[in-house]
Amino acid sequence: MAVSNKPIIWLLFAAGGTFAAFVTPVLIFITGLALPSGLLPAEALAYDRVLAVAQTQIGKLVLFAVVFLPVWHAAHRLRITAHDFGIRADAFVKYICYGLAATATVISAIALFSI
Amino acid sequence: MSRRPYIRPVSKVSWWLSQPRYIRYMAREASCIFIGAYSGVLVVGLIRLSQGAAAWGAFLETLQSPVSIAFHLFALAFALYHTTTWFNVTPKAMPLQFGQTPVPGGAIIGAHYLGWILVSGLILFLVGV
Amino acid sequence: MSNRIVELEILRYNPETDEEPKFQTFSVPCAEDWVVLDAINYIKDELDRTLSYRWSCHMAVCGSCGMMINGEPMLSCKSFLRDLPDRIRVEPLTNFPIERDLVVVMDDFMDKLDSVKPFLIPREEKTVDEGEFLQTPAQLSKFKQYTLCINCTLCYAACPQYAHNEGFVGPAALALAHRYNLDSRDVGRSARADVVASNAGIWECSFVGACSEVCPHGVDPAAAIQQTKIASSVDYFRDMLIPGRRS
Repeated sequence: MAVSNKPIIWLLFAAGGTFAAFVTPVLIFITGLALPSGLLPAEALAYDRVLAVAQTQIGKLVLFAVVFLPVWHAAHRLRITAHDFGIRADAFVKYICYGLAATATVISAIALFSI
Repeated sequence: MSRRPYIRPVSKVSWWLSQPRYIRYMAREASCIFIGAYSGVLVVGLIRLSQGAAAWGAFLETLQSPVSIAFHLFALAFALYHTTTWFNVTPKAMPLQFGQTPVPGGAIIGAHYLGWILVSGLILFLVGV
Repeated sequence: MSNRIVELEILRYNPETDEEPKFQTFSVPCAEDWVVLDAINYIKDELDRTLSYRWSCHMAVCGSCGMMINGEPMLSCKSFLRDLPDRIRVEPLTNFPIERDLVVVMDDFMDKLDSVKPFLIPREEKTVDEGEFLQTPAQLSKFKQYTLCINCTLCYAACPQYAHNEGFVGPAALALAHRYNLDSRDVGRSARADVVASNAGIWECSFVGACSEVCPHGVDPAAAIQQTKIASSVDYFRDMLIPGRRS
């Protein structure tokens, strides 16, 4: 047997899981409940305001982390969950899960870069 | 005496229905579907933001549709379940010990919840709720 | 002896005559302070001498009487009848092949336990005359809970990843590897890594946590495995960044 190279993906999984645990609930609350219910003032997510945040270096970095870390967490866990549900085509599942995560990472990087 | 060990069949698909602890585990794992899907919402948000004011406005409009709200309610439930299951096992993954005295697991978990409240409060404050 | 009659449904399998296991029910008059093992011993002594099962110490030390009791992996010597209903289903530990009746084949576990080198690998051997390897109470306290493992394999019966991933080293063996890795007198961590940090080692664990819930001695294999994941990840990146570090 040989030492596995899983630490690469596992560290992304662990970091993403921690990040998701801390920030995802409040973000879902903001975009999914506070905004539609009017609890959040309309100008809070106004284009100019969000754009200003996304145009700063630190803002780009934070937004990138918020999107890309939980994506890799979800992708790795989904791969294992597929196995838990009896899907044994792990080679295929692996490419789908990590492929989606990589795509989301690249797209969000490009979007942030172009802002 | 002949040996003829018998291997009991186990369902690959429905094994987790046999024990409440396995069902809780699968619920925890299923949270990834919502964490992943919500990340997808955020990716779309970033794309729309990069496309200008009209696109961003349409994105905010979509967020207020009933389908979006229903999705967010489910996602919030699973995200909260993820948070609690994640925090509650932190003393196992990262135990702390000073000399011979281990830090009680409850203190490590409590510190995570405290940090969570502070981070959530800070984000809400910055957004302007 | 009290008047309580307990119905024990026991999964029987005779490799010489049976195609597959089937349940046989025994009515056992029980005393208040009996454990399931006492009821099984009663069956063996009074009702059916062909019943096969393993037991030795009757005090949760030897680790040989593990069984599924109403679907839960338990030591039958530690499962009091007063905590159980009048109808009790007793099966051999799940995730292991059945040798006969309640006796399971443990070869796979034994091989895996052996593969993680669960013994002290000191920097240099010492003769008895040279004295002991000294250790402070603080150093002992880092791994002491893992020394309580009695190899009863209840954690293997509880672990779905052991059930569904052939080759997975499994909870107790990985917890014991961690126990020696944490030992201040031991330098065997990289020697164990070939198995422990392989795909079939810690990385097959998805942290279900059932192993720790069923352990009769409060050992926490799930914690050991997660800690090993972190330590192995640190090792992995250190080895990658510092070429030639790992000989």
